[in-house]
Amino acid sequence: MTGGPRHGPSLVLGWDTRAGRAKGSVEVGDFIAERRQQIAYDMFQHANLVFQCVLVATIVAVGLAVVINRYRALEPVANAVSAIGLTLPSFALVGLLLPVAGLGTTTAFLCVVFYAVLPVLRNAVVGLAGVDDTLLESARGMGMSPVGVLVKVQLPLAWPVILAGVRTSMQMSMGIAAIAAYVLGPGLGSYIWRGLVQAGGANALNYALVGTVGIVIVALVADLLLLVLGRLTISKGVRVA
Amino acid sequence: MTESTENTENTQNTENTRSTEKDRQVSGVEIDLRDVVKRYPGQKSAAVESLSLTVPAGELVMFIGPSGCGKTTSLKMINRLIEPTSGTITIGGEDVRSRDADELRRTIGYVIQGGSLFPHMTVADNIAVVPKLLKWSKQKIADRTEELLDLVGLEPGRYRDRYPRELSGGQQQRVGVARGLAADPPVVLMDEPFGAVDPITRQRLQDEMLGIQRELGKTIVCVTHDIDEAIKLGDRILIFSEGARIEQYDTPENVLAAPANDFVADFVGAGSTLKQLSLSRVSELEMGSWTTARLGDDSSDAVRRAEAAGHDCVVVLDERNRPVSWPWLRNLRRQDRIDVPRRDELVTLDRRATLNDALDTMLSSSHAAAIVTGDRDQYVGVVDFVSVTNHIRGQEAAAQQAVAQEARAEEARAEDAS
Repeated sequence: MTGGPRHGPSLVLGWDTRAGRAKGSVEVGDFIAERRQQIAYDMFQHANLVFQCVLVATIVAVGLAVVINRYRALEPVANAVSAIGLTLPSFALVGLLLPVAGLGTTTAFLCVVFYAVLPVLRNAVVGLAGVDDTLLESARGMGMSPVGVLVKVQLPLAWPVILAGVRTSMQMSMGIAAIAAYVLGPGLGSYIWRGLVQAGGANALNYALVGTVGIVIVALVADLLLLVLGRLTISKGVRVA
Repeated sequence: MTESTENTENTQNTENTRSTEKDRQVSGVEIDLRDVVKRYPGQKSAAVESLSLTVPAGELVMFIGPSGCGKTTSLKMINRLIEPTSGTITIGGEDVRSRDADELRRTIGYVIQGGSLFPHMTVADNIAVVPKLLKWSKQKIADRTEELLDLVGLEPGRYRDRYPRELSGGQQQRVGVARGLAADPPVVLMDEPFGAVDPITRQRLQDEMLGIQRELGKTIVCVTHDIDEAIKLGDRILIFSEGARIEQYDTPENVLAAPANDFVADFVGAGSTLKQLSLSRVSELEMGSWTTARLGDDSSDAVRRAEAAGHDCVVVLDERNRPVSWPWLRNLRRQDRIDVPRRDELVTLDRRATLNDALDTMLSSSHAAAIVTGDRDQYVGVVDFVSVTNHIRGQEAAAQQAVAQEARAEEARAEDAS
């Protein structure tokens, strides 16, 4: 191999970037360097979309879980819905939402929220059900109002389980958001789509690569932030280890 | 009751018995249940069928009965965790339904099995739950937490900021009691408070609770399934049968000595007389007099006096009237003067000890009796097995008489009414 210094990074990645590459294509390093600001912006957009969606999804899911917790008969319904929901291909959902919400961020948002709700909902239902009944009775017996019991006892105790669901949801949403970019949603998904559309074209691989790796990086950072959030919000009295 | 004649005799040596405990400060209020019924829809028989009872202010009443008898339901109706189907419950004369249920509960202490502490809150936060609901100031809450931790025997500096899982079962239960007392409620409800701890810890917690109750004088209703616990703690015991029917509601002494019916007798079980042993104190026994001698006295004189009295041993006292030895006559005959014993092995009995302790001491003593000491270990007298059995017989007779008298009074009232 007689690769010059310019090929160094590519070799490290294990790719012979020269072989089978289309004419006029650019090295990954250059590709990124040329679009640094745009890529950074899209990473931020991707993270932003996912954070907002997961936040909304968490609120919706915990709200639903509280209702389900009160009316236990709803639990099998919720389980069925989340099981079926997760089997629904995200691409299909995008197709279904498109006529209703049109092209753009709204469809992407709705799609991501839909999937983001499911893991949080499942965990929140389990977490709330896992709170010892005697604790609830003792809270009521001391004169806490039903809302007080929920906010001061049930949610703090279910929080570690709920947060685990949020982490799953966050990871999943990173990928779903990429697919939702098909309807011109924001974020790194557009890179992947462009890579697919231009398959065989000059920068197809670069686009796909930047999109994918970018999402992985955003996902790792987000997960780290959630870990920190857990450290800060889970009481020392119920934290594992 | 024939109180007057008995009491004058006993006053000087009953300072530690229940009758005088009644004089303690009372901060509790009376609880009254009238024709309280709890019927669950779809169930043939009522969980509680017409319960009427009064818990006097400052008394500790134990609810006991077989499982499913409605004792816990009855307890929970007092703080409206369960709403009665009909009937009236008043606390300190005030109908519990006249107030918002949550507000009502903030004025009633509630302690359940294992303490039931909130695991995500520190000890201090757990205790502060009700004070916070009552919107006390931060300083007042902090002071109160300190005071309560002291009361239940946990050093505030060490335990305030711990989480429940960092405490032993007994410590958790102590915090549970502190939490129940946090807002200084006149009434405290307890549901099997000591059910989840080992027997030794339970005994200690019970002793501590008696101490706390003596100090505070709350009105406490406590559900238990342990008859020994009921006897030990209760000023009164209420024995329920199915449907929360009252089989007997009386002092532990009377329940043991004169069970109202077969149900109570069965429930109290065999060995009820044995149980009574932990109710009575040594000071209630008739003390036998014994031949005594001083250290350094002439032995032959002591032997003569003992022989005259028919005793085969002599209690030797030191110059401050404390018993030091209890030699047999055959040992005394071998010496001229009464000596200091070679080994300090005399086991004496404090007059405040229970009869249980007394029997234990007598059984392990070669004299089949025990020397009783009072303040500053001074000699009081000697008790033996006969004095214990006499005492128990006397108590039984008195209780039976009291119950019979009450029954007669009841009949008389019924006749008057008709």
